[in-house]
Amino acid sequence: MTARTRRIALTVNGEAVSREVPVRQNLVDFLRHDLGFTGSHVGCEQGACGACTIVLDNETVRGCLVLAVQADGCEIRTIEGSDDLLSDLRRSFHALNALQCGFCTPGMLLSAQELLQANPAPSRQDIRDYLSGNFCRCTGYQAIVDAVAEVAARRPGGITS
Amino acid sequence: MSIGASVPRDRAKRLLLGRGNYVDDISLPRMLHLALVRSPYAHAHVGAIETREALALPGVIAVFTAEDLEGAVSSWRAEHKLFPAMAAPEQFALARDVVRWQGEAVAAVLANSRAEAEDGAERVSVDWDELPAITDANQALAPNAPVLHDDMSSNLAFETQVTAGDVNAAFADADHVVEEHFRFHRHSGISLEPRGIIAAFEPSESRLTVHQSHQTPHQQQDLYARLLGLPEHKVRVICPDVGGAFGLKHHLMADELVACAAARLLGRPVKYIADRLESFLADVHCRDHEVEARMAFSDTGEILGIQVDDLFNAGAYGQYPRSSIAEGNQISRLTGAPYRHQHYRADVRMAFLNKSILGHIRSVGHPIACAVAERLVDLGAETLGLDPIEIRRRNYLDGDDFPRTSSGGVEFEQLSFNGCLDRALEIVDMTQFRQEQTELRAQGIYRGIGVATFVELTAIGPEYYGEGGQHISAQETCLLRLEASGTVRCYTGATDQGQGIDTGIQQVVADALGVALADIEVISGDSALCPVGGGSWGSRGAALGGEAALRAATTLKRNILNIAASLLQKDPSDLSIDQGVVVDGRSGAAHMAVSEIARIGHFQPYSIPEGINADLTVTERYASRGRLFLAGNGLQIAIVDVDVDSGMVTPLRHVVVHDCGRILNPLLVQEQVRGGVVQGIGAALYEELRYDEDGHLLTGSFADYLVPMAGEMPDIEVAHIETPTKTSELGAKGAGEAGTAGAVGAILNAVNDAIRPFDATIAETPITPPRLLRALGRI
Repeated sequence: MTARTRRIALTVNGEAVSREVPVRQNLVDFLRHDLGFTGSHVGCEQGACGACTIVLDNETVRGCLVLAVQADGCEIRTIEGSDDLLSDLRRSFHALNALQCGFCTPGMLLSAQELLQANPAPSRQDIRDYLSGNFCRCTGYQAIVDAVAEVAARRPGGITS
Repeated sequence: MSIGASVPRDRAKRLLLGRGNYVDDISLPRMLHLALVRSPYAHAHVGAIETREALALPGVIAVFTAEDLEGAVSSWRAEHKLFPAMAAPEQFALARDVVRWQGEAVAAVLANSRAEAEDGAERVSVDWDELPAITDANQALAPNAPVLHDDMSSNLAFETQVTAGDVNAAFADADHVVEEHFRFHRHSGISLEPRGIIAAFEPSESRLTVHQSHQTPHQQQDLYARLLGLPEHKVRVICPDVGGAFGLKHHLMADELVACAAARLLGRPVKYIADRLESFLADVHCRDHEVEARMAFSDTGEILGIQVDDLFNAGAYGQYPRSSIAEGNQISRLTGAPYRHQHYRADVRMAFLNKSILGHIRSVGHPIACAVAERLVDLGAETLGLDPIEIRRRNYLDGDDFPRTSSGGVEFEQLSFNGCLDRALEIVDMTQFRQEQTELRAQGIYRGIGVATFVELTAIGPEYYGEGGQHISAQETCLLRLEASGTVRCYTGATDQGQGIDTGIQQVVADALGVALADIEVISGDSALCPVGGGSWGSRGAALGGEAALRAATTLKRNILNIAASLLQKDPSDLSIDQGVVVDGRSGAAHMAVSEIARIGHFQPYSIPEGINADLTVTERYASRGRLFLAGNGLQIAIVDVDVDSGMVTPLRHVVVHDCGRILNPLLVQEQVRGGVVQGIGAALYEELRYDEDGHLLTGSFADYLVPMAGEMPDIEVAHIETPTKTSELGAKGAGEAGTAGAVGAILNAVNDAIRPFDATIAETPITPPRLLRALGRI
């Protein structure tokens, strides 16, 4: 059971990275433990909870369902590389208390950002449906929905009412 | 005033940047990773354990079995001296001879990576000899049932009774009696961050340093010191950011103790992070109760008596250090607590069987006590032809009934059942709802409304665990340190898992001391740094931690003013502090900055006369006296649609009116209550740890164990009434149980209201589609 390895080269949060990785290692473990991007969290390793959500070539994926070797040649963005994109979402999440323990929050923010890019004027139910791949056990989800709706209303092209 | 203001949390900013510091984010030099070999059987003899193959794998450093841990870690028994008859079988960090639930660990593999440790765990071979498994409490207590524990003659762990008045006479004389058989299935807290620990041992100093995702660092310090045989002052437990806890993380867990023992044996740091399957298998669970209950009424709808028979199970062992009786105990104390009945009897039996250990998960016993009574009240209303609101009005404890010791033996200071109902009816127009319900029924849409009134027991007093002989602090301590620059460090024994108690305490100190919020930092979650306290569980942070902080701030203020008075040649009683400035108490005129006092206090102490209280580091504590709990109350209304063809229940609207006394921070309380409601809706509709008849867990993933998601949750309206407790100066009661306490009852009543046209009822949660379709007679 000697772990086979393979060299991968990819871009993570704008920086070129080249590493030898075990072929069985998943992407979120690689990002967390090899590169120190611990903002992506591991909640289930079953692709269900969404805590490991990251952006791979401009699409959110579950970091636990992608092998590190599959990310060879890809562009990865994690919560740590998303400061500018998310500043208004962060402000609203903070002001409206849309997080408690914070474990789901990085994934939640990245999913919310993806929703707002695809649909600048989502209804509350649109927001709820889109974020249903990100579990939160602390909040009642409502403050999260409120925060995303508030940002949608403020961004250009967003809902104004 | 900062208290009562909606102040966002400082800590949240860091979490929003992905800069949290959870246990798995921490890595120490030469750290090893632990994987556990767990029993595939619910009940089995453990024969020979073969470890050679595992040890031969690359990266595997050690494999330990129970034998290897002998002498390194003690066993324990979950005793409680208030319940001396309760059975407390011996439990070991790694099982010896017999495993008693699927997932119980028998061997520990330590390797350079988690993946290598798991490779090793797969290569450990165990000679299992499967024994018959017991998965149901009735089965456990059957006359010929195999007995789980050698030193017991049956699987009955404990039985107890609570009585008031003459319940038999009340039922004999009653005009109407309603009864129901309830089943509340097993679930758990399911924190998104699983349990985790890093244990590091320094042999030269006999020093154990633990980072753990936990609610109670001082409790863990005491436990690790005693069970590992270390001097307590050489054990330090640090709780960094904790990714959700909900009671799940205030127990001793055998897995984490194995990590500590391994770290000590190997002299290297050991990390253990439960994966999701391990969480489902080996976390503490909750509920799993079967309740037979009846309620007696007069013709006018007066509740005359309540009788409850609760049968539940502790799983395979009692949970340590609290023991496992509390859930049954709360049910026996709380069922029907909002009502004025005089005659009451509750019988509780607790069995051992082959499932994971039952722990204290959020709102211990409350959801069951509430659902049972509230369902019976609705059945009574139906029998008597009364409106569910009206029947509650006729029976609620009110004004002159307080203070009172309830039929279940709980002290109520002043509760606000009618006030909460009034407020709820301002939010929900019942007349309009009933009209709408009738119209929708004609269209084949079955909508229902359910009311659930609850009592919320918070901030447990020291007598329960103190007299029980457990080392569990029910008092809270706060240490305040005025730094030389005039800013304040606040060390509290309460801990913050996201609920925001750090911010609440910061607000209390700001107001009581008279300094700006930004000039106060709260430090918590470190058993070496923080004054001894109980941590956060059972809704104690605001009520106990807040009061201790208020006292410490009052003392520090007194000392600052003593110094100021001596420098200014004034009487301290003529001075006050406002926004960091010592001012004249009457005119508000500024005298000198607190920073100036701090500078003099630290660097020119010779300027301060001897003999006055001038300490700029102060410690105060708070423990309640003469009460077991601080009771709050509230009410929830749920509106749901039931699809009678698919059996699906859709929550449409949820209203909570809650009274937790004085509110420190409405923004934080609001969403904490909503989070509790969502967990309650989860228990009512989705969440269940299912086992087959052999004791094999069937729900080992989030595909099988369903947690509520954003898309299926309704908006939850939360309103508050404030009846401050007079037992403390701050007046805060706890708030963490409320959401979960009432949601199951509200949903259960709403579903039953929706299916009333079919002459069907349901009394089993979670209300899954198959259960509902069976209740409707459709399958």
